[in-house]
Amino acid sequence: MEIKVLKDILSANDKRAEENRALLNSHNILAVNIMASPGAGKTSLILETINRLKMGIKIGVVEGDVSSSLDAEMVAKEGVPVVQINTGGTCHLDANMLSNALCNLPLQDIDLLLVENVGNLICPAGFALGTHRDVLVSSVPEGDDKPYKYPAMFSQSDVVVLNKMDLLPHLDFDRQAFFKAVKGINGRAKIFELSCKTAQGIQEWISWLLAQLKHALEIST
Amino acid sequence: MHELSITKSMLDLVLDQAQKNGAKRVQGINLVIGEMSAVVDDCVRFYFDFLSKGTIAEGAQLSFKAVPVTARCQACGEEFELEEFNWVCSECGGARIDIVKGRELYLESIEVE
Repeated sequence: MEIKVLKDILSANDKRAEENRALLNSHNILAVNIMASPGAGKTSLILETINRLKMGIKIGVVEGDVSSSLDAEMVAKEGVPVVQINTGGTCHLDANMLSNALCNLPLQDIDLLLVENVGNLICPAGFALGTHRDVLVSSVPEGDDKPYKYPAMFSQSDVVVLNKMDLLPHLDFDRQAFFKAVKGINGRAKIFELSCKTAQGIQEWISWLLAQLKHALEIST
Repeated sequence: MHELSITKSMLDLVLDQAQKNGAKRVQGINLVIGEMSAVVDDCVRFYFDFLSKGTIAEGAQLSFKAVPVTARCQACGEEFELEEFNWVCSECGGARIDIVKGRELYLESIEVE
């Protein structure tokens, strides 16, 4: 006997992601899912963001890594609440992991939650977390062809940050080709060219984040 | 690598549906997988073999229906299947596209007794 099901395989994850979203909304928290390959600069971007905003905005951080608490220790030094998730081999965060992390954060004292996903350009794309924005950090040394090689993640991101712009003069990275590729598969993506090393372009990124926070606050009030 | 999580979720869904329908055994599982979801059939089979051991789905035949990535040109509306590195419209050469098919990842049906 055949039974028709027609159900998304990750529907259990999606349901948990919706619960996370509702919990975040109930605390007026804007949550940003930061994805990238290993070494693109996710942690640097988070640290730079904390430095610029922590005097005015209450920030919380979730660090996702296969192992170690190195990133969480760096964030904790900045004096913001942070939870480290060690996935123990799993190549992405899922909604259940974020749900557990949220239980260990002082949600009433957070306006902006930065979630650093596991360094990987494939797997995190499939697993909704319940966050409000998807940010993909790409970097100049990775090459300008990455949008075509990892289209799933590039096509669903709200923002593409092109990091390590300070290395542009030293590498064969075609900016126009990168822009064309990103815009080709994802017309709505904003692209920020920046360098966490020199702080070039950081202000545009910060302005965008502040605009998202303002927008979220307007919706909730 | 994400196939382990995906296979676990799929097996949970299969067992849940089988139980709801009073099935004694699951003989077949029919999956629809978009090419953009980057799920590798062989990996799913590999994980399924050991995850399903001791359940009523042990030994079930997995069948995969692949959905090619289809895009729609924002300029002329033409829908076309994407080939690697050829992300331009086959009709007008437009470089801005929307992906309309290829992200699927669902359980279509199960065969039970």
